[in-house]
Amino acid sequence: MILRLAGVSKRFGAVVVADKIDLDVARGEALGIIGANGAGKSSLFNLITGVVTPDAGTVSLGGRDVTKVSLRNRCVAGIGRSFQIPRPFESLTVFENLLVASEYGREHGHRGANELCGSILERTGLAAQANTLAGKLTLLNRKRLEMARALATQPDIVLLDEIAGGLTEAECHELVAFIRQLNQEGVTIVWIEHVVHALLSVVSRLVVLEFGRKIADGEPHAVMNDPEVRRSYLGIDDEVAA
Amino acid sequence: MSSPQPAAAPEPATGRYRVRVATRTAKAFWLVAIVIIAVLVFAPAFASRPMLQDLILVFLLASLALCWNLMAGYAGLISVGQQAFVGLGGYALFALIIVGGFDPLLSIPVAALIVALLSIPVGTLVFRMQGAYFAVVTWVVAEVFRLLLAQWRELGGGTGTSLPRSATNDMIGLDFVAELFGVRSAAAREIIIYWAALFTVVLVVGGCYYLLRSRVGLALRAIKDGEVAAQSVGVSTTRIKFAIYLFAAFCAGLVGAIYFLQTSRISPDAAFSLLDWTAYIIFIVVIGGLATIEGPIIGAILFVLLRNTLSGYGPWYLIVLGVLGIGVMLLAPKGIWGNFSQWTGIHLFPTRRRIEIVSQASKDAR
Repeated sequence: MILRLAGVSKRFGAVVVADKIDLDVARGEALGIIGANGAGKSSLFNLITGVVTPDAGTVSLGGRDVTKVSLRNRCVAGIGRSFQIPRPFESLTVFENLLVASEYGREHGHRGANELCGSILERTGLAAQANTLAGKLTLLNRKRLEMARALATQPDIVLLDEIAGGLTEAECHELVAFIRQLNQEGVTIVWIEHVVHALLSVVSRLVVLEFGRKIADGEPHAVMNDPEVRRSYLGIDDEVAA
Repeated sequence: MSSPQPAAAPEPATGRYRVRVATRTAKAFWLVAIVIIAVLVFAPAFASRPMLQDLILVFLLASLALCWNLMAGYAGLISVGQQAFVGLGGYALFALIIVGGFDPLLSIPVAALIVALLSIPVGTLVFRMQGAYFAVVTWVVAEVFRLLLAQWRELGGGTGTSLPRSATNDMIGLDFVAELFGVRSAAAREIIIYWAALFTVVLVVGGCYYLLRSRVGLALRAIKDGEVAAQSVGVSTTRIKFAIYLFAAFCAGLVGAIYFLQTSRISPDAAFSLLDWTAYIIFIVVIGGLATIEGPIIGAILFVLLRNTLSGYGPWYLIVLGVLGIGVMLLAPKGIWGNFSQWTGIHLFPTRRRIEIVSQASKDAR
């Protein structure tokens, strides 16, 4: 088990963003997470990466309890993450954004950082923008950069937060193919996405969140057909429809 | 954190990617820089004493300004308490000479090391604060040191003390320099101090540039753009900021030791002067250009020129400095060098890394 959340809870005032969440992610798995806006998806990522610490419960990475481990050390331990609202280092170029991640990430101080970053740039479709200041990128390229930078830390597990929104059909195909390939290369994927068809063509397991609770977890098509999921996420009430 | 590596070193062209840092202007500039340094090393042979004294001041102020710039312009640490380390450097030097009986020249690096050691507990304390609180605490700490050292009777208490002539007269290298240039010992002492100051500024410029070109420099710029994002790609933000703080303290210690060795006199008020060691420094950095290496150097030269020109006008000196500072902040917030560099695209100390995909053929061959 690469990632395990046990009874993780977090509330901000009256808002419960995580309510006793248990989640196991196996090494090499590709897991999708869906849920309505405000269901606690991004908050779950914040809890996993250490941006916020849980009120209760534990987070373990590769069998090691990292609940009290800092954001920085969790990255070094192998968690990569893209932010839903892109947070590029705006005064650095795209290439330099990746370089920081590769120089300080899991394999920090390694040789071959230039090669690694160059190949990620090409694979994520950012090669043409390599020497552009990240602050001057379009939203679409900022999202690409989020993913590219997360990969440059050479993570064991990468958390992707809504990276397919706004892509054309062709771009979406490319993205899906890329993430599939990453997964085949052994990178564990946890992907939050509203573009469900893209998500379903990659993941082998789907989790649905509602108000900080996990309401479904399992084989994607079974989960999508679950009445509670249809009601909560798709707004389809089977009983009324019948 | 492993030691900073000059990741910028050009990669062998065997790979598919080539990364360049240096620009043609910068390469030409390095030749010019070597010539300038060589001329400055031999300046005591032809420059007048007032000229040397001005240069000493330029070197020391530029060193302080570069360090303050490194903290404020890159690490986001706004300190208004660098006078703490300048003052401690001066007092450490006096203590080593008067109490310890050490040689003045050798005492300079030792004093700076003492300051760097002291900055560890001080840093641990002030790093608990952030933003404006950090600034206030650095100033409070400097005041505390001023008041503490005013209690040290052996070093003159609140009124301060002078270096005994016997100590300064048998400084290492004094006879050699006196003979070499055919000058008396007072002038020879100033030449040695001049070299120490030149060495300091070269060390600080070199250190800053090495740091900014290394992966630490990349991390510093990343931290400035977003601390959470930087941490989430593995940057240990506190550790890097602390290292910068330590480096700045060490350099301030060097500056303090050299400055007060030259004046041969120290008092708590002069050593821990907010105006001399922080306010003027901020002015220098703002005028020259924040977050550049060239800016603080230009600012220091300009400051000393202004000081010399306006020294006869009493309070007008400070008024002109103030108006100039405000004017630059409002009209050209990037400072002299920042604007020049933006306008011409010239960087004498390039840190930007450019990646090039070497060729499609070599790419296919792999």
